[in-house]
Amino acid sequence: MALPSYATPVERALHVGARVFAGLVLAYLILPLFVVIPLSFTAGELLIYPLPGWSLRWYVQFFTDPLWTGALANSLMIGVAATALATILGTLAALGLHGSRFRGKSLVVGLLVAPLAVPVVITAVATFYFFATLNLIGTYAGLVLAHTILALPFVVITVSATLQGFDTNLVRAAASLGARPGLAFRTVTLPIIAPGVISGALFAFVTSFDEIVAALFLASPQQRTLPRQIFSGVSENISPTITAAAVVLLVVSVALMAVLEGLRRRGERLRAGGNG
Amino acid sequence: MPPNSAALLAGGVDAGLARQVRRAERRRLFGMLALMAPSVVFVALLFAVPIALFLFRSIDNSEIRTYLPRTVEAMAAWDGQETPPAPAFGALAGDLRALGDSSAVSLLGRRLNYAMPGYRALILRTARNLPDPATTDIRAAMIAAAPQWGEAAPWAILKQQSGSLTSFYLLAALDLERGVDGAIHRVADDRALFVGLYGRTLLVSLGTTLICLVLGFPVAAVMAQAKPATASWLLMLVLIPFWTSLLVRTTAWVILLQNQGPVNKLLQWLGLIEQPLALIFNRTGVFIAMVHVLLPYMILPLYSVMKGISPTHLRAAASLGARPLRAFRTIYLPLTAPGIAAGATLVFVLSVGFYVTPALVGGPGDQMIGYFIAYLTNSAVNWGLASALGALLLLLVVLLYAALGRLVGFERLRVR
Repeated sequence: MALPSYATPVERALHVGARVFAGLVLAYLILPLFVVIPLSFTAGELLIYPLPGWSLRWYVQFFTDPLWTGALANSLMIGVAATALATILGTLAALGLHGSRFRGKSLVVGLLVAPLAVPVVITAVATFYFFATLNLIGTYAGLVLAHTILALPFVVITVSATLQGFDTNLVRAAASLGARPGLAFRTVTLPIIAPGVISGALFAFVTSFDEIVAALFLASPQQRTLPRQIFSGVSENISPTITAAAVVLLVVSVALMAVLEGLRRRGERLRAGGNG
Repeated sequence: MPPNSAALLAGGVDAGLARQVRRAERRRLFGMLALMAPSVVFVALLFAVPIALFLFRSIDNSEIRTYLPRTVEAMAAWDGQETPPAPAFGALAGDLRALGDSSAVSLLGRRLNYAMPGYRALILRTARNLPDPATTDIRAAMIAAAPQWGEAAPWAILKQQSGSLTSFYLLAALDLERGVDGAIHRVADDRALFVGLYGRTLLVSLGTTLICLVLGFPVAAVMAQAKPATASWLLMLVLIPFWTSLLVRTTAWVILLQNQGPVNKLLQWLGLIEQPLALIFNRTGVFIAMVHVLLPYMILPLYSVMKGISPTHLRAAASLGARPLRAFRTIYLPLTAPGIAAGATLVFVLSVGFYVTPALVGGPGDQMIGYFIAYLTNSAVNWGLASALGALLLLLVVLLYAALGRLVGFERLRVR
C-alpha cells in the first residue's frame, strides 16, 4: 500500500509505524540465532554475555568427544540412508503420478503426503507401537524407515512440481528416434528433472538431519542422533558444547536449504524465461 | 512401438488398431502404477497401518479376554445382581493359576486398575493367595483369599470391562467414566485431567496463532510492497529461521531466556527492570518460543497472497475518495483473507501437536497433549489412553484441515 500524497499526519505515522513494527518482528525472528552463535565461541564455561574471551574449545570438544562425534556420525548415516530411500521412492512415485490419470489418484496423492499433515508426535508414537511388535525399536533400520516416511512427501511434492513444467513430448520424440524407455529416461527425463530430484533429496536430508521427535521414541542410546543428543543436553544441563552442536546443526541445514532456494529461484527464472 | 497415430488421423481406424492402442495405453498405465507401487506400499505399510493400529488401540480391549478367558465365559450368564455364581469364582481362580507368576498378572491388574482404583492390589493379592483347587466351597475360599470378591462391584467392573472393544479409554480421555451401573458420568474433580489439558492445548495454540497473525501480517505486507531487491533480503530474514531446526531455535530460547541470559541482561542494562524476569519454564517462555518457531508459517502464505494483490485495486479505491485506512479495511484486508486462513490453519494445526518446545521451555503446567501422549507411552505405559488422546487430537487436526480445504482450498497450504 503506497501512501498517497494527501495522507494525513496520522496516516503517515501509521504507515511508518507498520514498517518499524515489521522491522522489530524481523529482529525477533533473526536475532536469537545471531545472539546464540557467538556464545558457542566463548572461552568461559557459562553461556552469558559479555564473553570472557573467544575460543574454539567447545568445537574441539564437539569434534573429539565420542558422545558427540558418534551422534554426528549417526545423524549423517541415518540421514543419507533415509534420503536415498525417500528420493528413489518419491521420484518414482512422482513420475508415475505425472504420467497417469486414473480414478482414486487424489487418494494416492493424499496417502503419500499424509505424513506431513499428521502431528509428528502421533506418527512417532504410532510407529513406536508398530515397531515394538517388529523388534525395530533401537535399531538403525527402524529410525531410517521412520525418517523416510517423514521425508517422502517432500520428495514427491518437489519432484512433482518440477514435472509440471516437463514436456512429455520430449520423451515421445526420444522414443520416435528409437530410444528404449530406459535410455530415454536417462538421457532426456532425468537431466531435465534433476534439479527437482536434487531439491527433493536435500529436503529429505534436512528433514532427517533435524528430526527429533521420532528419534526420541525410536532410538536407543546407540542410535542417538545429533538432535537427540542436544535435546537430552538441554533438558539436563545446558553447556557451551551444546551451543556448538546447535551451531553445527544450524549451519548444515541453513546451507543446504540455501542451495535449495537457489535451485528454486533458478527454476522459476527458467520457467519465466520460457525458452531457458 | 508407439501406436500409429497417423493412421488414426487419416480415419483408417480398424478394430485391430483400436484394440492395439487400448492395449498400449493400458500397458502404459500399468507401468505408471508400477512406478507408484513401491511408495504406496511403503507408506501404507509403515504409516497408514501403524496409525490405524494406533487408533484401534484406543478401543481395543483384548487383555481381559486373553488373560481371563474362563472367567469371562463363566460370567456371561450372570445378571449383574450381587455376586456371580460359584463357577465364576472357580474360573477366576483357574485363570489366575494359569497365569502363574508371569508379568501377565501385573498387566491384568494394571488394566483393571484403570477402571477401579485398588483392583491391581486385589488381583495381586488373590494371585498370591490362590485357594487349593481341590477345595469344595470355592466361593468361600476366594472370599477368604480377598474379601472384596464377596462384593458386587469388582465383578460388575470385570464383566463391564470384558468386551472385546471398549469405550473406556476414549471416555477417560474426556474425563468420563462408566459407573458400576453402566451410566456415563464425569470422573471426580481430582482425577479430571484431560479436558483441562485439551483446553490448555487449544488455548496455547489459539494464542500462538493470534500472536503470529498480529506479528506476521505487517511483516508480510511490508515485504509485499518492498522493491524486489529489498523484498528478497527481507525474505531471507524470514527464511533463515524457517530453515533452522525447531530444536536449535528452542535451544536458543532456553539460553536467551535464562535468569542471567541475554534478554534479562539487556532489559536490566536498559534500566527497564531491576530484578531478572522469570521468562522460562512458564507460559511466557512457551509463547515466546512457539511464536518464534511458527511465525514463518504465517508470514510465508500471507506474503504469497499479498504479492498477488494488484496495487490498482487500492489506487481505484483512493481515486474514489477512500482514505488509506478505509481502503485498507475494505479492499486490502478482505483480499488477504485466503492467506490469513492458510497461515492461521498451518500455525494452529502445527502448534496443537507441539511437543518438543513446551517440553524444553515450559513448566509442568504448560505441557500440552503431545507431552502426555509421550508420557503415557514412555513412562506410564498406558497405551490405550495414549491412543485415545492421540485419536482425539488427530480428529481435531483432520477437522481443521477439512474446514480449510472447503474454505480456501488445499493448494494454499504450500508454504514455499
